[in-house]
Amino acid sequence: MEKIKLLIDGKTAEVEQNTTILQAAKSIGIDIPTLCYFQLKDMHIENRPGGCRVCVVEVKGRRNLAPACTTLVYPGMEVQTHNIRVLNARRTVVELILSDHPAECLTCAKSGNCELQNLAQHLGVREIPYQGEQSKYRKDTSPAIIRDIDKCIMCRRCEMMCNEVQTVGALSAVNRGFMAVVAPAFEMNLEKSPCTYCGQCVSVCPTGALTEVDHSGNVINALADPTKIVVVQTAPAVRAALGEEFGLEPGTLVTGKMVAALRRLGFDYVFDTDFAADLTIMEEGSELLDRLSRYLKGDKTVKLPILTSCCPGWVNFFEHYFPELRDIPSTAKSPQQMFGPIAKEYFSKKIGVDRRQMVVVSIMPCLAKKYECQRSEFSVDGDPDVNFSLSTRELAHLIKQSNIDFNTLPEEPFDNPLGESTGAGVIFGTTGGVIEAACRTAYEIYTGKKLEKVDFQELRGFENIRYATLDFDGLPLKIGIAHGLGNARKLLEEIQAGKSQFHAIEIMACPGGCIGGGGQPYHHGNSEILKRRAAALYQEDAGKKIRKSHENPFIIELYKEFLGKPLGEKSHHLLHTKYFDKSAGVFVEE
Amino acid sequence: MANIKLSEKKLQELKEVCKSFNNDKGELINVLHKAQGIFGYLPAEVQEVIAKELNTSVAQVYGVVTFYSFFSMTPKGIHPISVCLGTACYVRGSEKVLEEFRRQLKIQVGETTPDGKFSLSCLRCVGACGLAPVVLVGEKVYGRVSPEGVTDIISEYSK
Repeated sequence: MEKIKLLIDGKTAEVEQNTTILQAAKSIGIDIPTLCYFQLKDMHIENRPGGCRVCVVEVKGRRNLAPACTTLVYPGMEVQTHNIRVLNARRTVVELILSDHPAECLTCAKSGNCELQNLAQHLGVREIPYQGEQSKYRKDTSPAIIRDIDKCIMCRRCEMMCNEVQTVGALSAVNRGFMAVVAPAFEMNLEKSPCTYCGQCVSVCPTGALTEVDHSGNVINALADPTKIVVVQTAPAVRAALGEEFGLEPGTLVTGKMVAALRRLGFDYVFDTDFAADLTIMEEGSELLDRLSRYLKGDKTVKLPILTSCCPGWVNFFEHYFPELRDIPSTAKSPQQMFGPIAKEYFSKKIGVDRRQMVVVSIMPCLAKKYECQRSEFSVDGDPDVNFSLSTRELAHLIKQSNIDFNTLPEEPFDNPLGESTGAGVIFGTTGGVIEAACRTAYEIYTGKKLEKVDFQELRGFENIRYATLDFDGLPLKIGIAHGLGNARKLLEEIQAGKSQFHAIEIMACPGGCIGGGGQPYHHGNSEILKRRAAALYQEDAGKKIRKSHENPFIIELYKEFLGKPLGEKSHHLLHTKYFDKSAGVFVEE
Repeated sequence: MANIKLSEKKLQELKEVCKSFNNDKGELINVLHKAQGIFGYLPAEVQEVIAKELNTSVAQVYGVVTFYSFFSMTPKGIHPISVCLGTACYVRGSEKVLEEFRRQLKIQVGETTPDGKFSLSCLRCVGACGLAPVVLVGEKVYGRVSPEGVTDIISEYSK
């Protein structure tokens, strides 16, 4: 196809057909500012409503200014991106947006990370000449996400993520004109809506309209309480991204520094969720093999495929939309929730404290984990197995608040016995990682043979839905992998229709897996960051001496000393769970 | 708004309507239009049924319902009163007429009287400017309405 030649700010650009002015400009080093536009390239996620009009440019021969993000180029087009007419228009647009925006930068959770704030700075806005009525909306706090809709600029990114990418449909633009907001049906609170708390809306919101519930205060209080033993567990995806908050390159592994920082924050024991991930593999891998062997023996009642269940956003999703399938996912709890009981029932006894004296904190890339640790089935007599879940962003904040110079910290190891993990545990944080970890163990237990190579390259990658058939010594094991709930839905519909040909499916709610979680440092649409985070996890895995969960000596010890065997009575009681039907219609309650 | 029980017959009718549009979510506005014809308004429960039939989210259905002023989530009165606030009517005092209706019926614009008899809304220009100020009750057009004449109009329907 012939390329199109056009002039932007006097420079020549040569681009393919169907290129927008924004893309064409980018290709020749001209960065037109945008606000509502959002793109996560390579993942086919794009929000392009052309609504905010910040990216307007002047096109010769066109009477009005054109939005660069939606206007396609044509041969011979002449574009001006920063003449006085454009600059005035752009500034007026931002002034108008600011005229209905709370002037709360000093106390806003998003200050320093806010795209509107950056834009106002970038354009040098010094006063807002438009005075008038301001939107006043109630603040809506759910277990994981806070909606502060006065700050919403109607960019529609959250709506796009929720409806098109995640297909959860909790949010939509409602009302019109000045009263327009993005809200759940009937403007009910998020808590009552089908929201899964996946947090993707939070990760793309340009302002402070959508933020996470901050539990740092609770954690600081616990750390200051001399009567409490505070234990922390860190998810795999955190160590691949935490460094970004301190200026390090995306994909820098900061495991050792993260542990050192947590110790200096005052945590009594710094453990690793990856340990619990190995534990999850023991339980879930055994469950997979149990179902598989019964199926192969001709048991028609066995439910296959088995679905992974470590992602709480995903659990919320199928409890709401596919409740009739809720005996298909694995009954194994997530690593976060397996860690809780092990810390509070096994480890607490080792150090001679009562479980109520222990506060378990998790550091997660995820916002749904804040909701998960509050689920009533994950507590004993009112004492939660995991007390608080902090996001990667909150941890970075805590570290900065505590005057710790992250980059000069030494590398420190986790504490034992809940800190040692294998490479299989580490890769839980990326799409394909959980099922790869499961296969490493399942293969050796099923075939009785040692794996020649531990890497299952065919399970890796970023395509929305992937599948592979693994050779389990003659048995073709069919694996399906999906990340992003919209893709998960497709696989679930196949199961519903009885057409699924998989034995095991791994689902992660967030694009890219946990590394792209709602609580991670903002990526602003740069999918390269997600890829580098994933690469960092596979790199840590490759560098580990032990790379299969069942070879973790501390896991072996845990079963010998305490649990007995996978799927045994104690394991079942502490490490397995059940799911609920949440599909009841959403009625308005007054 | 308590949970209401939808009449089974009307529910069937609604499902038939959706089917006649091939359960295509692109036909949402048409489906809502017909649904309002069946039920008189669009309560939450009806929106949920439509969302399910058209395989879309309730939030999106609600978004469309709230966007168009024609769609109502509260039942209209048996006699829906609409006061025109277009330019000619406005200039000839239709706002005072509206105020008088509000005062006498004791409801705000967009609301329905507790006995379900009257609901009040305002309209943009209906094109009967020669008769300004104009009030519609149902399909009937009243011209040259004064605040004093409001009492007569209401009593016409109160028998």
